[in-house]
Amino acid sequence: MSPAEWLALFGHFLLLSLLAIGGAITVAPDMHRVLVGEMGLIDDAQFSASIAIAQASPGPNVLFVAVMGYQAAGLAGAAVTLVGIMLPSTTLALAAARWGNARRDWRPVQAFKAGMAPLVLGLLFATGWILVGETPGWPLVLLTAATALLVWRTRIHLLALIGAGAVIGAMGWL
Amino acid sequence: MPGDVTDEIEAPSRPESPRALFVAFTGLALQGFGGVLAVAQRVLCEERRWLTREQFVEILSIGQVLPGPNVCNVALMVGDRFFGWRGALAALAGMMAVPLAIVLVVAAAYAQFAYLPAVAGALKGMGAVAAGMIVGTALKLAGTLRSNPLGVRVGAGFALLAFGAVALLRWPLVWVLLALGCVACGLAWLRLAPAHAGGKG
Repeated sequence: MSPAEWLALFGHFLLLSLLAIGGAITVAPDMHRVLVGEMGLIDDAQFSASIAIAQASPGPNVLFVAVMGYQAAGLAGAAVTLVGIMLPSTTLALAAARWGNARRDWRPVQAFKAGMAPLVLGLLFATGWILVGETPGWPLVLLTAATALLVWRTRIHLLALIGAGAVIGAMGWL
Repeated sequence: MPGDVTDEIEAPSRPESPRALFVAFTGLALQGFGGVLAVAQRVLCEERRWLTREQFVEILSIGQVLPGPNVCNVALMVGDRFFGWRGALAALAGMMAVPLAIVLVVAAAYAQFAYLPAVAGALKGMGAVAAGMIVGTALKLAGTLRSNPLGVRVGAGFALLAFGAVALLRWPLVWVLLALGCVACGLAWLRLAPAHAGGKG
């Protein structure tokens, strides 16, 4: 990557950090648009694998961003993407938490919460859609749908689901 | 009066140092596969008893409104509450440092063995499950639209518009959020008026 590309990558994650209302996973579709589409740093399989690796490892889900950076450009890539996605939001969180906490019942604060909530939901569905990929086979769609149903309706341990997915995939059934 | 409600009932315990925060958050992060939030609630409220449930819910709701990873925002705010910015850094570092090392080792191992069909297949399966988990979580959270001032229908409409613009049309997120966000927040502001006629502002 050229210095300009490094800067573009860092700048894009700084921007996404401030847009990631509802968690870093809600901006995954835009990471896909840039990393896989515009910059061509990773492919579809690597993109999905990044999120799967982070889900299968302990810790906050946001670490999938570091895995994507690592796949795109090694450890330096991981540092650039993770610092980019964390720096603005953590700074803002500290300042705004104190501010918003004092104005919890203020109408603009409540309107912001209420207005953003449905958009956050739509973005979560979009992330699921993009993770399934462009041309999924029906077993893959079936596995995704079954998982969604189990997570929605039962309290099954998430690790059991990840494990089941790994076994089903390793057997070559997808 | 909406004062410092959070401080009315204090939790029975508190961390003795930023270092204790670091250790506690490392521990709970390492228990969290596929998300840390549920573990965070159990450890902070029930095991360590640093926060009451009400305090946790309040911190979480602020964390969810702010951009950035929810659990990281929660870590920051919990740390900040006890030791200011030093506590915030300690809690966040605890949440991130060891899990980051682990996930990078796993990613490096994946790069070594990605050519094996079984490894590629396993990751494909885990990817499908990860997608399903996100959709399942979205379905769970969709229930919160019922208490949204926008109402279920309008809320679902905005969710669909956001989905269509981002997933189907692949428009850049920043414009989608700015455009839809302004309309949705504006509408919510209008809807909130009658119920909060006596409120501030």
